[in-house]
Amino acid sequence: MPLDLKERPAAAARGEAEAMLVTLTVAGQLCGVPVLSVRDVLGEQVITRIPLAPPEVAGSLNLRGRIVTAIDLRRRLRLPPAPSGTPRMSVVAEQGGELYALLVDQVSEVMTLRASAFERTPPTLPQAWAAFADCVYRLQAGLLVVLDVPRLLALSPEG
Amino acid sequence: MAPDPPGMAGAGGAMDDLLTDFLTETNESLADLDLALVKLERAPGDAETLSLIFRHVHTIKGTCGFLGLGRLERTAHAAENVLGRMRDGQLAATPDVISSVLAGLDTIKSIVAGLTATGHEQAGDDSAVIAALNAIAEGRAPAAAPPAAALPAAAPPIPQATAPAPAEAPPPARAEPLPETAPAAEAPAGEAQAAAQTIRVTVDVLEDLMTLVSELVLTRNQLLQLARRQENSGFAVPLQRLSQITSDLQEGVMKTRMQPIGNAWNKLPRLVRDLARDLGKRIELVMHGAETELDRQVLELIKDPLTHMVRNSADHGLETPAERRAAGKNEGGRITLSACHEGGHIIIEIGDDGRGLPVDKIRAKALARGLASEAELAAMSEAQILRFIFRPGFSTAAAITAVSGRGVGLDVVKTNIERIGGAIELRATQGQGTIFTIKIPLTLAIASALIVESGGERFAIPQLAVVELVRAGGGAAADGAESRVERINDTPVLRLRERLLPLVNLRELLALGGATPEDAAGQCIVVAQVGSSLLGITVDAVFDTEEIVVKPVAPILRHVTMFSGNTILGDGSVIMILDPAGIARATGIAGGAEARGAPDAAGAEAAQSGNARTALLIFRAGGEEPKAVPLGLVARLEHIARDRIEWSSGQPVTQYRGRLMPLVPLAGPWDSERASHPVLVFADEDRAQGRDRCMGLVVDEILDVADEPLRVELSGERPGLLGTAVIAGRATDVIDTGYWLQRAARDWFAGHTGHVRGGRNGAARVLVVEDADFFRNLLVPALSAAGYEVAAVRSAGEALALCDAGTAFDAIVSDIEMPGMDGIAFVRRLRAEGPWANLPVIALTGHVRPEDVAAGREAGFTDYVAKFERDALLASLRQCLAETTQPALAG
Repeated sequence: MPLDLKERPAAAARGEAEAMLVTLTVAGQLCGVPVLSVRDVLGEQVITRIPLAPPEVAGSLNLRGRIVTAIDLRRRLRLPPAPSGTPRMSVVAEQGGELYALLVDQVSEVMTLRASAFERTPPTLPQAWAAFADCVYRLQAGLLVVLDVPRLLALSPEG
Repeated sequence: MAPDPPGMAGAGGAMDDLLTDFLTETNESLADLDLALVKLERAPGDAETLSLIFRHVHTIKGTCGFLGLGRLERTAHAAENVLGRMRDGQLAATPDVISSVLAGLDTIKSIVAGLTATGHEQAGDDSAVIAALNAIAEGRAPAAAPPAAALPAAAPPIPQATAPAPAEAPPPARAEPLPETAPAAEAPAGEAQAAAQTIRVTVDVLEDLMTLVSELVLTRNQLLQLARRQENSGFAVPLQRLSQITSDLQEGVMKTRMQPIGNAWNKLPRLVRDLARDLGKRIELVMHGAETELDRQVLELIKDPLTHMVRNSADHGLETPAERRAAGKNEGGRITLSACHEGGHIIIEIGDDGRGLPVDKIRAKALARGLASEAELAAMSEAQILRFIFRPGFSTAAAITAVSGRGVGLDVVKTNIERIGGAIELRATQGQGTIFTIKIPLTLAIASALIVESGGERFAIPQLAVVELVRAGGGAAADGAESRVERINDTPVLRLRERLLPLVNLRELLALGGATPEDAAGQCIVVAQVGSSLLGITVDAVFDTEEIVVKPVAPILRHVTMFSGNTILGDGSVIMILDPAGIARATGIAGGAEARGAPDAAGAEAAQSGNARTALLIFRAGGEEPKAVPLGLVARLEHIARDRIEWSSGQPVTQYRGRLMPLVPLAGPWDSERASHPVLVFADEDRAQGRDRCMGLVVDEILDVADEPLRVELSGERPGLLGTAVIAGRATDVIDTGYWLQRAARDWFAGHTGHVRGGRNGAARVLVVEDADFFRNLLVPALSAAGYEVAAVRSAGEALALCDAGTAFDAIVSDIEMPGMDGIAFVRRLRAEGPWANLPVIALTGHVRPEDVAAGREAGFTDYVAKFERDALLASLRQCLAETTQPALAG
C-alpha cells in the first residue's frame, strides 16, 4: 500500500504518516484510540459500583492489584446505555498516575491507517462527540472516529 | 569484607543510640571531607568548600565533646584551628597545610574506627599530629608534620593501640595469625561496618516498597482464596510457603517504617525540666515503654499532641509544692508516660498525680455555655462530663484555665488524634490526678475493617470506629429489648440501652436504590463512634473483619466525602471504605469540631494555604463586636486578679511565672474597678536564642474558639487591626499581633519603623518557610492582610516537596536557621535548578550582621530582612515582585 504524503500537511503535523489505532465499537460506531495510550485491553470484568460517583463512572475494578476507575464510554458520549446482559470490554489508559478503564461494547483489532484517509472532524457532530473526537478516518467499511483519551478522562466531579 | 569483625556485635547492644548516630554521621562527614579537602587543594580560594569543611570538623568536634570523646575532640579541635585560620584568610591552603589537615582527619578516622569496633575510645597518642596542626595554626613551618606531609593518604603513626590499623602502620600483635593482607583489609572493614550498621534510605523508597508489599499481600490473598476452592491441589504446599514468606516480608517492610515511640519523647525531659523551673514546681517525668514501636508516619503525627499534653499536665494538672503539701501529698509531682501495644493499636497514657479535674466546675461551665441542658447534664456520667474539656472553646475559654483546668487546645489535640484514626479518653480523680489514654493505629497503611453489605454492595468500615453491632429488631425486641428502632414522626432512631442514637440508612445515604423494607427486621445496625457522638448505620448484612490496605480513591471521586479510600478484598473485588466522620457530617449529625476530623486518605496537603482553616480565638474588647486572633499565637489564657496588677512607669504589669509581664489593654481606658481581667498571654520563648519574654493583652471577655479559613477581607486603616474577616458568620476584627507586641516592648520587633501598610499585589503567592510556629503564625496573617496568597511550611524539605510537586509561587520568604536543611542550603538548592530557580527569595533572620547579609546574598537570597521587621519584609516583597515581573519578559 503506497503512502500518499503529497498534500497532507495536517497529517505531517501529527508527526506521522501512519497512525496505529486500537479500534473499538461503541453503540455501533467504530472508534479508535492511539495504540500508545492503551495499557491493557480487558474482557468482561467484575465492576464495583461506586455510589454517588458522577454518572460516567461505572465503578472500579481490580487490575492485578491496582484499583482502576471504570468510565462508561456510552455515558461519556451521551449514548443510550448498553442493553443489559451484553458483555462489555475495556481499554485501560493511564492519566496522571491513575488508571482508568474505558468501557466499550467491543474492542477489535489494531489498525495501521494511512494519512491519506484522514479527515477533520465534521463540525456538525453532536456536542458530546465533537468534544472528544480528534479526527476521522475514511475506511472501506465506514468511518472511524479517533477519540482523544486525555479529554475523555478529564472528568470533573460535576460530570 | 574481613572475617567477622571484632567487637561490634557484642558492643552494639551496649552502644547507646547517641553514639551510633554520631558514628553514622561522622562517617558520612569524613567521606565528604576527603573529597572537599582535595577540591580545596585544587581551588584554594574556594570559600564555600572551606566553610563546608570547617562546619563538618566543627560539628565533629562539638559532638564528641558532648559525648566525652576526649581524644577525638583534641584532634578535631587542632584541625578546626587550622581550618579557622584558613577561613579567616590568615593561612593559605597550600598542599602542605592540606596534607596536615588530611593527616588529622586520618587520625580522626582511625579513632572512629576503633570507636566503632569497641564502642569506646581506644587509648592512643595523637600528639604528633596535633603538634603539627598547632604549628601550622600558629604560623610556624608546617614541615613539622613529616609523616603526614609525605603521604597524605597514610595514617600518622598513632594508632598502634587501635585495633583496626591501616596497612602502613605496624601490624598489631593480635593480627599475627592472619595472612599479610589481613590488617589492610580490616581497616576498611571497620569503616564499612560503621556504614553498614545503619544506612539512610529516602522515605520514598520505603513507601514504594510498602506499596509493592501491599499489592503482594492482596495477590497472595486472592491466590489463597482460589486455592481453597480446589481440594488436593498441588499448589497448596508452595502456596502456603509463599503466604508465609509474604507475611514475613510484609512484617519486615513494616519494620523499616517503625520507630520507637521514645523518638517522640526524647525532647520531653528537657521540656518538663524547663517547665518545672518556670512554674516553680517539682516534676518528675517517668517514661515506660519508650521502645514500643509504631509507624513513623503516625509517630510524626502524634509528636505535637503528646508534647502539648505533657505541657498541659505540668502546667495545669500538677499543683505547686505548697498546694501539694497542703493536700498531704508528696511535694514533687509526677508525670507518667507509658506506651504499649494492644492488638493492632498502640496505647499511650499520659498521667499525672495532680489535682484532677473539677467535675462540678466543668458541669457548670457546660451549662453556662449552653452545651447541654441541666437535665442532660444530670443524666450524664462523670466521664461524659469530663469529655466537655475536649470541646472547642471550652478548655480555652477563660474560666477553665483560671479555675485549674487544662490550657489551650485540648480540642485540637483530639482532632489531630482522630485525624489519624485514633481516639482519646480521659479519667480523672479529684485530688489524685488525671490520666489521658490515647489509642492509635500502629500504621495508617493497613487497617482492620468490618465488611458490611447494603443495597447489594459491600463496604468496609474502619474497625476503630465501630463500637458495637446491633440487630435492628423492630418493635418488640426478643433479646431483652436492650435496643430497638423507634420512630419520631417518620424518622427512625435507635434506642440503645440508655441512649437515643441517630440512625442513618446506608442504602438511602448512598442512593443505592431498592426500597428499604418497612419492617427493618433482619437488618443490622453498626454503632459507630465519631468523635464523642455515636450514630447507628443501618446495613443489610455484616460479614467478618478483614485486614485491608487503604488506598486513596481516584481524584474524580474525592468529592464524595463519605469514602475515606478504597481497597481490594481477599476475593479480588474492589470495595469502598466508608468514613464514619464523613457520614456523620453528610447527615449533619456531628457538628462543630466533631466533624472536622475527617481523615483525608487523598493525602493531606502539606502546605497550610491561605484557604486552610486556622484556629481563631474570639474575644471582645472595647465595643460589642467580636475580635479574633490566631490561636496559635496565644501562648496561654489567664485571668489576672486586680491585686496582682502593679504599675510600672504608668504601665500595668504583673508578675507572671517569675517574670515581669507588661499588660497592654486592647481597648478603652483601664477599668481599675474590675476584679480580674482576662488576658491573652503572648510568649516569645526560644531558649536556643536566649529569648524568653511575654506580654499580656488585656481584653474584656473571651468568647470562643473557631476553626475557620482566615481571610482578612477588609484591610482596615486602624492601627492594631489587620482588618475584618467573617468568622463564625460574624464580621470580626482580626487584631494585628505584631502591633500589640510592639506596644508592650519597643524592642520586640527591633527597628520597627512606624506602621505602614503594605500595598496590595493582586494575588501574588508567597511561600513562607519557617520552622518556628510562633513566627509562622505571625507572618501568615500579616502577609495575607497585605494581599498575598500565603502558604506556609515548616522546613526546607517541605518547601522542596512543593517545588517538586509543581506548586507555583511568586516569591519565597525563608528563615535562615532551621533544623535539617538551613536557609542558605535551601536557597542554593533552589538556585541550582528547577522551576523556582529564578524566584525572589527573601531571607528572614534573627541577626542581621553585614557578613551574614553578604553570605546570604552570595548563596542566592534576593534580599535579607530581620525577622521582626514586618514592614521591611512587605517593602522587600513589593520590590522583589516588581523587579521580577518586569524583566521576566526580557528573559
